[in-house]
Amino acid sequence: MQNQSNTDEIEAPEGQRLSNRYWYGQGFKNAFSLPTVILSMAFIGFASLAREAGLTLDQVVLMSAFLWALPSIVVLTGAMVSDLALLPTFIAVTLSSVRLMPMTMALIPILREGKKTANWRLLLVSHFVAVTAWVFAMRKLPELPRYARLPFLTGFSITVCTLVICVSVAAFISFPKLPAFIGAALVFLTPIYFMLSMWGASRLASDKLALGLGLILGPIFHLYDPELGLLLTGLVGGTLAFIFYQIRSRGRL
Amino acid sequence: MIAVAGWIATDMWRWIGVFASGKMSETSQIFIWVRAVATALIAGIIARLILFPSGELAETPMWLRILAAAWGAFSYKVAREHLMVGIVSAEVVLISGWFILL
Repeated sequence: MQNQSNTDEIEAPEGQRLSNRYWYGQGFKNAFSLPTVILSMAFIGFASLAREAGLTLDQVVLMSAFLWALPSIVVLTGAMVSDLALLPTFIAVTLSSVRLMPMTMALIPILREGKKTANWRLLLVSHFVAVTAWVFAMRKLPELPRYARLPFLTGFSITVCTLVICVSVAAFISFPKLPAFIGAALVFLTPIYFMLSMWGASRLASDKLALGLGLILGPIFHLYDPELGLLLTGLVGGTLAFIFYQIRSRGRL
Repeated sequence: MIAVAGWIATDMWRWIGVFASGKMSETSQIFIWVRAVATALIAGIIARLILFPSGELAETPMWLRILAAAWGAFSYKVAREHLMVGIVSAEVVLISGWFILL
């Protein structure tokens, strides 16, 4: 299905347990790949947006490091630009970040090595949950031996995060103003990349169905209730996809 | 502002996700449902970013953005799920439309 060959094949010799350090290194190597390039370009779009909106370089770096999820960063930027008070901003960002919970919930069972993995390590690495790393992890981790998954993802996430922040800083400093059509093209990258990579990462028919339903229900629920719309889209779209998938797989038996 | 309304508001959900995953197994039905919900949520964000964008992208007509996204998805499928082909195709439509219309 997936025929992108930009990431190195991961070498995992059978029956031999390699050191954590080796897997950090593999994660590091895998960070130099297409997802990072696209995410960097999307962050260049954000950096120019932020600059136009009058944000400082510190704010851009802090937001990238502390929030890490680009759609949430965009919501926070919008709130800061329109001088919203702390509480309404908090609520807006909270509502736009709900997706991170089911995403993390879906990642952890793949990531952890039974009961051996300490919770604090999962909590730390969970900070890097965002669409790009999530899609990458859901596709790549199942191919790796269990003990390797946490160090691999940690190495990958820290490297991607560092690279992307460096690119945003460079973009913020060097591009006072991008031509308007490039700005538009960069902002457009995020949804297109999300859409296609989500499709590529979905293994079950239920995931593909959920993606399609979410695309249709998203705008409808957004017009109905801009604040709770996303949450409703996830619950209704996801549950419908799950039910259809159940009915279909029962029918086949 | 960034620490409270940004960091806490996002990482809170990730931490709840870690605890809520508990002993959920990779093969359970709940896991499949949770993944479907996460996917639908992201799809909702995708639709919102395409239909109600911010910045320069908001200058383009909505039908152009939908056309570009649909063309990107179509090219992606035709090119046997090659990510780069899909992304470039969508961007070509968007940028061409920009120069023809604006």
